[in-house]
Amino acid sequence: MNITGTDLILACSAIGAGLAVIAGIGPGIGQGIAAGYAANAVGRNPGAKGDIMSTMLLGQAVAETTGLYGLLVAMLLMFVKPLVP
Amino acid sequence: MESAILMETSADNIDFMIHGIFSYELFGHEVWITTSHVCILIIMLVILTFAVIANRKLKHASEVPDGFQNVIELIVEKLDGMVMGTMGPKAGPKFVNYISTVFIFILMSNISGLFGLRPPTADYGTTLALALITFVLIHFTKIKNRSAKFIWEDLCSPLPPWLPLWVPINLISIIAVPISLSLRLFANVLSGTVMMALVYGLLSKIAIIWPAALHVYFDLFSGAIQTYVFCMLTMTYIGQNYEEV
Repeated sequence: MNITGTDLILACSAIGAGLAVIAGIGPGIGQGIAAGYAANAVGRNPGAKGDIMSTMLLGQAVAETTGLYGLLVAMLLMFVKPLVP
Repeated sequence: MESAILMETSADNIDFMIHGIFSYELFGHEVWITTSHVCILIIMLVILTFAVIANRKLKHASEVPDGFQNVIELIVEKLDGMVMGTMGPKAGPKFVNYISTVFIFILMSNISGLFGLRPPTADYGTTLALALITFVLIHFTKIKNRSAKFIWEDLCSPLPPWLPLWVPINLISIIAVPISLSLRLFANVLSGTVMMALVYGLLSKIAIIWPAALHVYFDLFSGAIQTYVFCMLTMTYIGQNYEEV
């Protein structure tokens, strides 16, 4: 079985894409912490539920960005294939 | 059996890429009209039609609103409240038109995945253009409202102004603003588009009704949240330049 250089690059790109989406762990933890504190805050002050919800969603959406960078790198490696000559 | 379902529909019918429709020469470069342009045109037509109908309706507005007039007043009131609440009474009235336009355009783009279009915001060109407009607005308002001394002190901010060691790091953080704004919107919408393409491409035999739930999350919920986040961040960045120091 002959493995050419391009095949090797494609295989390594697939491994790299898999490694890149590990970046999703961080935002998962961060969003969980935000949701936990939001639940805590609603328990203390149920009247402010609307404000707490919108603040929580805004913070979570911003925290999600780092995970999406990992996703972008994975998509570039899988579909754009920048390393293949 | 499950693997057989996956095997029969191979990876050939997964399609979420942007397609070129026709190309032309512009100053020696090959430029393509893509599906994103067509989708933007469709969305613009829908928004324009709505605007023309709303304009006709409001020319004969009644004191007690009815039917369609209720809807228009609700939209305008909600957008007004959002912008005024974030930017304050000084900067709010200047930017309410722009922010509302961007909000409606991004929202319509994000939920256009529901109607079988490829969302134009899943094309980096669209979101980068939107973020660059925000970038220009931030610095235009900054130059307009702040003195040169304040801008220089802000640029060297943690250190005193006669020791400009921190300037390169602050410049990087300034340039990071439009990049992170555009990539956030782009990657969120693109991930939704890719997930729906994978569901329809790989599981096409059993994708009967349940993808509707995924559409509600990826197109409606995620799209609305990202629209809100984009407009919110734009408003906070611009509003900073109008606050009292």
